[in-house]
Amino acid sequence: MEGLLTINNVWMMICTGLVFFMHLGFALLEIGLTRQKNTINILFKNIFIITMGLLLYCLLGFNLMYPGEFNGFIGFAGFGLSSPLADGSLDLAYNEGYTYWTDFLFQGMFAATAATIVSGAVAERIKLNSFMIFVVLYVGIIYPIAGSWKWGGGFLDEMGFYDFAGSTLVHSVGGWAALVAIWLLGARIGKFKDGKIGAFPGHNMPFATAGVIILWLGWFGFNGGSVLSADPELTSLTLVTTCLAAAAGGVASFIFSTILYKNYDITMFLNGILGGLVGITAGADQMSPTDAILIGAIAGVIIVLGVALIDRIRLDDPVGAVAVHLICGIWGTLAVGIFGNLAGFDQFITQLVGVACYAAICIVGSFLIFYVMKVTIGIRVSAKEETEGLDIHEHGMDAYPDFGLKQQ
Amino acid sequence: MKKIEAIIRKSEFDETKEALHAIGVTFFSYWDVTGVGNEKVGHVYRGVSYSTADIQRRYLSIVVTDSFLEKTVETLLKSAYTGKVGDGKIFVSSIDEAYRIRTKEKGGESLK
Repeated sequence: MEGLLTINNVWMMICTGLVFFMHLGFALLEIGLTRQKNTINILFKNIFIITMGLLLYCLLGFNLMYPGEFNGFIGFAGFGLSSPLADGSLDLAYNEGYTYWTDFLFQGMFAATAATIVSGAVAERIKLNSFMIFVVLYVGIIYPIAGSWKWGGGFLDEMGFYDFAGSTLVHSVGGWAALVAIWLLGARIGKFKDGKIGAFPGHNMPFATAGVIILWLGWFGFNGGSVLSADPELTSLTLVTTCLAAAAGGVASFIFSTILYKNYDITMFLNGILGGLVGITAGADQMSPTDAILIGAIAGVIIVLGVALIDRIRLDDPVGAVAVHLICGIWGTLAVGIFGNLAGFDQFITQLVGVACYAAICIVGSFLIFYVMKVTIGIRVSAKEETEGLDIHEHGMDAYPDFGLKQQ
Repeated sequence: MKKIEAIIRKSEFDETKEALHAIGVTFFSYWDVTGVGNEKVGHVYRGVSYSTADIQRRYLSIVVTDSFLEKTVETLLKSAYTGKVGDGKIFVSSIDEAYRIRTKEKGGESLK
């Protein structure tokens, strides 16, 4: 049995590494889809999220999210990490799939992701300090409490709510905060002028493309690791459904946006892939390949409509984070009640209840954080700073000093 | 000596370059520029249509002796022409002096 544990644990650590790599994917995607003058600011935020996120998850997040026996709503098992011991050495009976340490690190890599989603949506205009405070509170407290409701064995878990790898627990949690943040923050200067919707084309499509391919690779770990062991049948099925949904999401989004706008838009193609990935995440181990393709393809169409909807209601989301992570996250969560092994009316209603509970805690939590900051220290940079770029004002440097010809 | 500056379409650059070589204009400088003009370019980005007057062109700077002026300009007018709005402009100005750094030749000799 110890050989099996070793294999399971090695797979889980590989997945941990893959999820870690997703942070590079997010960073590249975000800077690719925004303007050159804010590149360093976005990189700074992303690096802050992964470093601070891990420390916070070690300090309190892990024990808030997995408190052991608790009342189902909120529990806390104490500060810091303390490995369970058996006969003075690490208790290998902790779990059949992984050790205590692997458990912490794998979950820790997930935790920071929720804040990274927000980073893209608020890009190019949020104050760095305010964003960092938000990250500490959201990743440190809200994300783990919300997570404990399902993955920690809380009340939604007992109710039968299903979220395999985090369409809701990770992606919607980030997506709700992104939505609240861009609403309180307002649009970038010039995005909505004289009643017309403006466009700020991203400055680096190779980066955006690399970011999405890296995220897709990372998803092998995000979903593959959420099997929580190296179970041959489930891990391989999960990787198949994950990849098929990604491919279907991309193709559907590309075809739909091309028909709609008569333009081959790489950014929609890329967002479609992510939409498919987010969509399949809630039920990646419960779907057949056909289900996965359908879920992904519908997510791809949702992305195109979602991006247009966000523009239509005068919210400014430079990278499409709300459409990808929130709308497709909700879609994926509900899809568990429509497709696959768990499909059924009761399951669908349970999924709906789960989505509503997460909407409540995330909207209230992120609203409180952002609103209090908005009326006290402020959340938005000055118009001058926004126009000239956050890089030069917040960080005192250019992202590409040798290529300064066409800054805008 | 004259300096001929021409702003032309990138799509006509290769043809223009060959035509200039053919009449004996063997060296000149060029760089890519962005400007605004009468032409508007329509784009779609993430479902949002927008048009911009920012236009990408290539800027040529050619210094020739007076005797070369006419045929150089004629060549440019012919080879950079498409007949659509946005074909570009040509400016001619006088040059006081020219030197070749290696040989220290000056005037027309330095342009050969």
